[in-house]
Amino acid sequence: MAEDIKEEFMKLFESELKVINIGLESFTNSLADKGVKAVQVEFKPPLSADPELSRKIRINSPKIAAANKKALDRILSSKPALVGLDKAINVIPGMKKDLILHAGPSVKWANMCGPMRGAVIGALIYESLAGNETEAEKLAASGKIKFSPCHEHCAVGPMAGIISASMPVFIVKNEEYGNYAYATMNEGLGKVLRYGAYSPEVIERLKWMEAVMYPALKRAVERLGRIDLKAITAQALHMGDEVHNRNRAGTSLFYRAIAPAVITTTPNSEQAAAVLEFINKNDHSFLNLSMALSKVCLDAARGIRYSTVVVVMARNGTEFGVQLSGAGDKWFTGPSPVPDALFFAGYTKADANPDIGDSAITETNGLGGFAIAAAPAIVQFVGGLVADAVNYTMAMYEITAGENNVYQIPYLNFRGTPTGIDVIKVVEKGILPFIDTGVAHKKPGVGQVGAGVLSAPAEPFVKAFEYFARNL
Amino acid sequence: MFIKSTIIKGAYHDSVSLMRIARELNTAGGVIDSAIVMATKENKGIVRTSGLYNPELDKAGDNDLVITVKAKDSKSADAALEKAAELLSRKVKSAQGAALGGVNAKGIANAVEMLGGANMSVISVAGRFAGKVAADCLEQGLHVLLFSDNISLETELALKKSALKKDLLVMGPDCGTAIINGAPLAFANSVNKGSIGIVAASGTGLQEVSTLISNEGSGVSQAIGTGSRDVKKEIGGITFIQGLKALAEDKNTSLILIISKPPHPEVLSRILREVKKIHKPVVSIMLGGEATLPGKDDFYCAHTLEEAALKAVYLAKEGNMRKAKERLFDINTEVEKMAVPAAKNKTEKQKYIRGLFSGGTFVSEAQIVLNAIVGPLWSNTPLDKKYKLANSLKLKEHSVIDMGEDEFTVGRPHPMIDFSLRNKLILSEAENSETAVILLDVVLGYGSNMRPLEDILPTIRAAFNANAPISIVASVTGTETDPQVRSKVVEGLRAAGVMVMPSNASACRLAGEIVRIMANNGRGY
Repeated sequence: MAEDIKEEFMKLFESELKVINIGLESFTNSLADKGVKAVQVEFKPPLSADPELSRKIRINSPKIAAANKKALDRILSSKPALVGLDKAINVIPGMKKDLILHAGPSVKWANMCGPMRGAVIGALIYESLAGNETEAEKLAASGKIKFSPCHEHCAVGPMAGIISASMPVFIVKNEEYGNYAYATMNEGLGKVLRYGAYSPEVIERLKWMEAVMYPALKRAVERLGRIDLKAITAQALHMGDEVHNRNRAGTSLFYRAIAPAVITTTPNSEQAAAVLEFINKNDHSFLNLSMALSKVCLDAARGIRYSTVVVVMARNGTEFGVQLSGAGDKWFTGPSPVPDALFFAGYTKADANPDIGDSAITETNGLGGFAIAAAPAIVQFVGGLVADAVNYTMAMYEITAGENNVYQIPYLNFRGTPTGIDVIKVVEKGILPFIDTGVAHKKPGVGQVGAGVLSAPAEPFVKAFEYFARNL
Repeated sequence: MFIKSTIIKGAYHDSVSLMRIARELNTAGGVIDSAIVMATKENKGIVRTSGLYNPELDKAGDNDLVITVKAKDSKSADAALEKAAELLSRKVKSAQGAALGGVNAKGIANAVEMLGGANMSVISVAGRFAGKVAADCLEQGLHVLLFSDNISLETELALKKSALKKDLLVMGPDCGTAIINGAPLAFANSVNKGSIGIVAASGTGLQEVSTLISNEGSGVSQAIGTGSRDVKKEIGGITFIQGLKALAEDKNTSLILIISKPPHPEVLSRILREVKKIHKPVVSIMLGGEATLPGKDDFYCAHTLEEAALKAVYLAKEGNMRKAKERLFDINTEVEKMAVPAAKNKTEKQKYIRGLFSGGTFVSEAQIVLNAIVGPLWSNTPLDKKYKLANSLKLKEHSVIDMGEDEFTVGRPHPMIDFSLRNKLILSEAENSETAVILLDVVLGYGSNMRPLEDILPTIRAAFNANAPISIVASVTGTETDPQVRSKVVEGLRAAGVMVMPSNASACRLAGEIVRIMANNGRGY
């Protein structure tokens, strides 16, 4: 029975009453009317309501908390650096001549969306495995070409995320844990392979990148030894990037880091200028690096038993997939939604493909939509007000294991970004990860039609949660 | 006739806000009926029985919002669906405007950060989610007022045990009201600050007593609600006893008033053991029960909420009950005076009292008071099971019903907010030539109906039109500083011919006296 009342309790009567109201908003309004400080909580019901699973989670919560702390520690203590470039076939684990890597969870050619098919066609033409679109489609459907998710090969790719054998890739090393991640060089905006375009100009650009840009950057990075990507990202956040939909600052910082080395190591000064101008003109040059650095940090947090931290969020344009630290290499998937977007002139939501790309790895790493409060320049994507952006970031703190020790948001008094998505929090609080994204046309060959944001679909998180809880 | 529906995926709104919107929607042109609900299995069942089902709703799940409208024609249905969308978005805006800095918190932890020094949480989400939310609030070190109902006894017990360990209070579940440090929580009234501390296992009882104290010129230090199940054997009065200990310790509380329906005997003796330790006067009202406490001289019992309030006021103020007894005597004299003319103008057929209440405790009190004057009463919540109405909507002889019971509130707001169902009954009972007195409660305060006169007066006028010699007797629970302003409501009702009394007990007594005098005069009864 009740023991004697403690001093601690009596403090209630002696201090100012400050109320948190969850439910009927009129209660908050009444309190405000009486001059009582009150805050209304936006309540969302849990996504899964199986009491048996909740019980198992509760019983195991100390183990889960410890595992998640470990996962977060590994993400935060990772040291990503760009250490080189090479051809995919030479460095990506399991890469083969007849293999094409793609974004998101595993998908068969027959189920691939338009832009991914377009990018596959482009890659087969680029690899000279097919002469034209018809041949490429036939070959892709023949079964002679294998497809596999980038994520299963330590790689990431934006949008369609296609990587074929002879494509050059950045090599990003996690200097703390020794693992590597790979990503292609960004092709710029407009008609580009990653949005499913495969016209001759697209292939020509890829060829130029392979012949001119790749050797120049490779030599430059060799000269520099390493480029600290974590430091660039941290500074970029202070300069208004969230390094997913806005990479202007990150690109500038990368440019400053690499330009002298490109000039000193490129024999032909015109070529050096062309390479630097290509980077300079493409505000998204840094995107592929922000993705690879995110990947290399999150891979270090894989395979921690009892951890419910999400290590992958990725979309293939058909499905949205999630992987958990404590659930091995298993994908949890559900249909990919169409983003809310601002469309380029002449396009509407009807033209938009469902969300696509590995770039949600940035959100998984506490960047992108999770750091949108750091990027006031792009609040048009989230409703037009800085407060909207802050709201989204604030909501993400509810579903993460912790806060970043390096990536900060100036507007929030340099608070660390919400980092390490905890699938239990997502499901129990009903708050879904918020993702910045580009929008591809649903037909192959057209390219980008807009940019915007979306909340991740519930299904993959519910499946991951239920699988994890059942196997406890 | 057209039934049209919209499904909004993954949009959560609390049910009361939705019902308010649905009520507004029903006033739109051409609309016959409408429902806005989260598409849970139970809600879909309700929609089906209301004749609002549309096969499209098969596709909606637990986390989807469904708007369904029955209208005269397709155009009105479309217009109503559009209006619903507009009303839903309006709701979001007003909420953001009300919170600190114009921004709502994203979760409990976020709210704690935003507020700095948060110490209390008020929870009114659907019962199936409320237990987890309450546990999270306790985890954050917050006291809890759990307004939600439909929470299992096991969950209640677990929450209260965990709270006890953390030295926190769980008021509820189904706790309608509390006043902490002068702040009215949930459905509470704006009452004076003072030295009377209250622990109540009855929400309406707490509102009645605290307003009577305030209207008598005294005030309340703290009013702790426990939820009515707290005094059941399974819970053992955990919150009740915590409340007693806290008030015993509180230097601003000079007298403690305890309110409950009769607790389980074991719980009662536990409570009384605790009361005995308190070195402050204690006034007890156990509606329909009696508590005696030999060995504590300053322990006082009351039979009605009014008596309890008056005793508390004058014991606290003057140290004795002389003035309380005078006040009760005066009120009774006034009741008798008012009853005589009211009894005179009745017809031969008029015999019975029909009490239509929004506050559950008032129905218990009505039975206690009226039993002594007119004999047993039928009810949907009878004190004596023998007098249970077979059909709660079919009143017979003397009847008092609690319209806040679940049977009346599924799919519609509480009768303290939405008068529409009771208005229908007022009218149909007035049209019944056997009805002599209609007995009502009007509960003011935060959370209640904000325009009670506008909503009730047309019905009162219609009732007098239908049955001129009928008496309508009402109590108005509230204070001058309540948003509805008690005196304005009293004046409005009186102007329409309603006999308004200062308390539920005195209103019941007046109703009883009218009928008693009629019977003594050999007319009817």
